[in-house]
Amino acid sequence: MTEPAPAPGPWQWATVQAVVPENRHVSTLRLVLPTWVPHLPGQHYVVRLTAEDGYTASRSYSVSSPPELTGIVELTVDRLPTGEVSPYLVDEVAAGDEVEVRGPVGGHFVWRGEGPLLLVAGGSGVAPVMAMLRSRRLSHPEVAARLLFSVRSPEDLIFAADLGPETTVVHTRRTPPGSARPAGRITAADIAAVAFDRGPAYVCGSSGFVETAARLLADTGRYDPARILLERYGPTS
Amino acid sequence: MRVSRGFTGSRRGGEPGRLPPGQYDVGSNWPVLTAELTPRVDPDSWTLTVNGRVADPKVWSWQDLRALPPSTYSGDIHCVTTWSKLDTSFTGVSVDELLAAAGPLPEATHMVATSTTGYTTNLPLADITGGKAWIVWEHEGRPLTVEHGGPVRMLVPHLYFWKSAKWIETITLLDHDEPGFWEVRGYHDRGDPWREQRYQGD
Repeated sequence: MTEPAPAPGPWQWATVQAVVPENRHVSTLRLVLPTWVPHLPGQHYVVRLTAEDGYTASRSYSVSSPPELTGIVELTVDRLPTGEVSPYLVDEVAAGDEVEVRGPVGGHFVWRGEGPLLLVAGGSGVAPVMAMLRSRRLSHPEVAARLLFSVRSPEDLIFAADLGPETTVVHTRRTPPGSARPAGRITAADIAAVAFDRGPAYVCGSSGFVETAARLLADTGRYDPARILLERYGPTS
Repeated sequence: MRVSRGFTGSRRGGEPGRLPPGQYDVGSNWPVLTAELTPRVDPDSWTLTVNGRVADPKVWSWQDLRALPPSTYSGDIHCVTTWSKLDTSFTGVSVDELLAAAGPLPEATHMVATSTTGYTTNLPLADITGGKAWIVWEHEGRPLTVEHGGPVRMLVPHLYFWKSAKWIETITLLDHDEPGFWEVRGYHDRGDPWREQRYQGD
């Protein structure tokens, strides 16, 4: 079932074309790559920062743009308050800057067009599944897709303009006015409402969110556990 | 050298040379980045098998393993996602002990570790013999928790941590190399953090 994924290319300096705020703590960096190769939706890039004295720090960020958008990759970065790399990327980097990157990386949490497509995301874990959703709209519109997106509060929404009728947003802390569902963590009922009975399912977010959501999905009995693919975001910052 | 404009870095400190290149000290955290759903493993029915190119394939229960001479690793671990955890410890049994019982055949050159979840990872025998690898069930004096691979995981601390298979069930000796789960998905075949062997071709 799994085709080998190629190794990532060499390090290269990309030019930042734009930094687009998604919410108070998440921004998307649009990078123009000298050597662009199509990524698989779900893959990530590694960003390496180098200080004047040669000190370096590297972290991985998911690509949220689809491979149909050639020549660029968009990396969506959640600013972690005590982080070393994410505050720099969200607060310091501006259009025209150059950022060293390597990728695309990852051969497991990737989508190759199979359907129906179930996506479950918590917070900034929506980034790689947004690449899938966008690629589906452009290249596989016939594939049925649903996204269940868990955020803390309405102002924590990401990619608001890009969420269509396939998306159900649930709020864990505070709901928008008039919401029928009370605030709270994702439940078996939330999962049951979106689960298909076949196809791949992609679950991404914090490790705790992923474990909970994937367990609920497995417990529906509608999915082969081998087709529930997980991407856990660690407290890497 | 090209620099990232305005980047100074905030995680400096510690002994020079203590961290492999590109790694940072995660402190007391221990991230869980497993690709699979955490399985439910019952220690009472769990067994460890050593098979393949061995003279005498062996199966140990958890109780059997605990009767073997214990061995502790104290030191650092390094994840390919760039975190390192320093000055930690694990207790279990040396892989040397298990191989001595099973008797590797002369043609055995590699192994594949297989987990309850079906996860696999490959290693040359040279990387798991001579006191370099363990089967462990304790972390810093406490039972290894299930999200970190408990009740029993492999530990190969001199290589990136994806080589230290969680929820290990089988060690199969081979007369050839057979890339595992991440190794067929773009990651390096050996994974030496000091040579920064993260991806194929590094």
